Amino acid sequence: MEVVQSHRKSSSNNVIVSILPLYRSAPPLEVRLEDFEFFAIDRLRVLKGISDGLCRGKKPEEMEKLVLDLWKANMRHPQAVEEVNKDIISHFVLRLVYCRTEELRKWFLSMETTLFRHRFRRGSSEAQRALMSEFKLPYKAVSNAEFESLKDKLGQVARSMGQTLAAADAIFYKVPFEEVPDLVAGRRVFIHKGHAYVAINQVVSLVVTQFRSYLSKALILTNRKWTSTIREQEKDRLTPIVEALCTSYLGPDYSQQQEFGEISIKDIDQVAKTSFPLCMRHLFEKVKEDHHLKHGGRMQLGLFLKGVGLKLDDALAFWKAEFAPKVSAERFDKEYAYNIRHNYGREGKRTDYTPYSCQKIISVTPGIGDHHGCPYRHFSEENLRAALVRMGVSSRAVEDVMDKVHNRHYQLACTLTFEAVHGSSCDAGINHPNQYFIDSQRVLQSKNGSVA
Amino acid sequence: MTKEEADNGRDDMVIDVPGQANAVPDGFNANYLRIYYGKLFPHADMFKWMSYGNDGKHPGCDKSYFGRREFSFTLENDIYIRFQSFNSVTELENSIKEKCPFKIDIGPVYSVDPAKRHAYAQSGDNVFTPVERELVFDIDISDYDDVRYCCTGADVCLECWPLMTIAIKVIDTSLRDDFGFNHILWVYSGRRGVHCWVCDGKARRLTNEQRAAIADYFHVYKGNENSQKKISLPGLVLHPFLARSYTEVLKGFFEAKLLPNQNLLASEERYEKILEMIPDASVASELRRRWQENKRASMSKDDINIVRWEQLKSILQSGKQKMQGLRRCVEEIVFSYTYPRLDMEVSRHMNHLLKAPFCVHPKTGRVCVPIDPNNCDEFDPTTVPTLSQLLEEQNRGGLRQDAENEWDRTSLGESVAFFRTSFLQPLLKSCKEEIENSYNAKLQQSKNDLSW
Repeated sequence: MEVVQSHRKSSSNNVIVSILPLYRSAPPLEVRLEDFEFFAIDRLRVLKGISDGLCRGKKPEEMEKLVLDLWKANMRHPQAVEEVNKDIISHFVLRLVYCRTEELRKWFLSMETTLFRHRFRRGSSEAQRALMSEFKLPYKAVSNAEFESLKDKLGQVARSMGQTLAAADAIFYKVPFEEVPDLVAGRRVFIHKGHAYVAINQVVSLVVTQFRSYLSKALILTNRKWTSTIREQEKDRLTPIVEALCTSYLGPDYSQQQEFGEISIKDIDQVAKTSFPLCMRHLFEKVKEDHHLKHGGRMQLGLFLKGVGLKLDDALAFWKAEFAPKVSAERFDKEYAYNIRHNYGREGKRTDYTPYSCQKIISVTPGIGDHHGCPYRHFSEENLRAALVRMGVSSRAVEDVMDKVHNRHYQLACTLTFEAVHGSSCDAGINHPNQYFIDSQRVLQSKNGSVA
Repeated sequence: MTKEEADNGRDDMVIDVPGQANAVPDGFNANYLRIYYGKLFPHADMFKWMSYGNDGKHPGCDKSYFGRREFSFTLENDIYIRFQSFNSVTELENSIKEKCPFKIDIGPVYSVDPAKRHAYAQSGDNVFTPVERELVFDIDISDYDDVRYCCTGADVCLECWPLMTIAIKVIDTSLRDDFGFNHILWVYSGRRGVHCWVCDGKARRLTNEQRAAIADYFHVYKGNENSQKKISLPGLVLHPFLARSYTEVLKGFFEAKLLPNQNLLASEERYEKILEMIPDASVASELRRRWQENKRASMSKDDINIVRWEQLKSILQSGKQKMQGLRRCVEEIVFSYTYPRLDMEVSRHMNHLLKAPFCVHPKTGRVCVPIDPNNCDEFDPTTVPTLSQLLEEQNRGGLRQDAENEWDRTSLGESVAFFRTSFLQPLLKSCKEEIENSYNAKLQQSKNDLSW
């Protein structure tokens, strides 16, 4: 794939014209430098959206809809050929971005596989068959005659799994049993003389497994190429773009509070203990303790609370009450209220400020008397350990977190903390304090039995 | 007898026992073994088997194949030596005769000669790795101790041995009909179980994952002494494999043999174990009540176990039972008593070593002879030839020079003949075909490559 800086349109020769590309090899296309970045960002929105959906525990049907909506919103193009080009180019650019560490590879592999799975499921059966033959999967469609003779047994297998053999499912593929070990292991297929008879919905998982395995290997190779040649060669052109892409925050901005509606003042104390990330917990504790916060802290915590669902009136009441021992009501109204109203978009140019993402928080350096910023980055080891223990993190988990901190993976440290405190995993990682809050509330609500 | 005398007289040793010229006292020791390995152990047949047709006669043969196979020997005093390999039948034979192992195990065929493995480990690319290994199964009757009352642990008798017989039937049928394997050798383990060697090329080349899948396919009994319900058969109907096993083997055996022979319902202690498996307490109580009432009453001449089993079946299978768990309860009881209990670990990994056929079991002196799966009902573990018995037979045979094989003078002859005709010859024929086809295909391929 050639990246050019001119404004020539990308040529459409030699394009793989299957609807769902397999990304087997970098296509011989010319890409404009701007497109290089923009295509990747659009695809990244799709992948991060998928990540978000998975993190929230969406069911498969919901995920399928989400994937298609995300694709439509970000990757569609009126001309099919252009859409395919964008699809392929963006995938390969992101390979460069996400091949560079084990964690990045794992994330990218997981999201791309999910994306592929849902797009494959929605494809027509001809498209599906075409893809299966591209993977060189030795699947043969079962003839009608053979199906008739095996119908009873196939029906038995289906019923043994609590399913039925609908007429629509009467598409079966015959494949050597070694190709489908998972299905054999679970006795989810009928096997006869070494052949397994696989139903169409089972075929999806098999194709996806192939896709995943191929991409996994490809990412390792890409990483080698990147480290050995590309990064150096492209250090003035593509490398800065690639390195910036992975850290850019593209997720929801939490400026509108979402499903958890409103939080009132009386709720804050409780949720602070259970669902605030460490950075906000610290600020909150300090406000309670010192009855004051400097500007950076007020911004970081204040906007966070807005994202959590604290209404303007409640916010004003909250800060006023907390500052009361040190700041009189009139002084508060004069010096602090305006800024709070400003944050909520009620003053000045009426920008509805968005709560800070992890990236932003990590990048600031708190000064003397400040308590904002990312504690994983700025706390001393001793203080950080103590804070984690107070949050209820087990000593073994504390070690894991500290390990991440030493390697300067602050967001991963926060993710591990989340996982330790809640006892559930967060595959997509923490990118935003409000995401931490929402995920936490979700986990807690599901534990309490109420439907999230 | 001094060692000198033993050495000198080794080839034609006749063990002198006062009173009986040919009698050989029972036992297992190095002297006996020496004669056994000297005259009776079928070295050449084992070599032919392990060569899988690579005898050098066809240009397509892999001359390194036999040399890459691992053997391990357990010597007297429990000295265990691994990674033994041999390049010819002579080397194999001489080593066995010289070392006189109390047990010989067969491992996988590696990528390189095991003796040279250290040379390859350095390169870091894991070049020393198993590449072929038979698919093997190990069934041990001590795993059935909770369902047999006649023996425990290492003991076996004609009452409980049939549990092994039906295990052979279930697994053998499935290996052939479901998985399409043809070259299967069943071997008596010498004391309390059976081993199965599946030797088709396809089987030898299975990966660990595929082996685990097959083991899981067979995995139905999931119990240990702590779990109450060890068999769970959910679903409206049984998978065809389970259904066939039930109707063709397990049901008949349970009702006609195991139930009456082991008196599974005759006493309170024993029938409680079965009542425990009924998920509906009221049904269990009803049966308990009936059986307690009838304890003293004179029964009809029908076996009490069978009468009670019929009562149990009629309650559980009557149309009145709506409860989900009861639908399959009868099958679950039968399965939990009779379904094969495989040692999963043995089958899962290519590098698992398994005792070679025709070894002698140190604790019983019995030879590990093949079992004919088509006639496994006839197999009697209590009449399997022992080492001392064979030596005695061999003595009686005199020093005839004309017998082609020593073992033909003994009971072992039958076993070796069976091994050859039912297993080895068809296997080698198939291997030769495979070698030829593969060779011709390669020739064709290179012709195609050359032609433009």
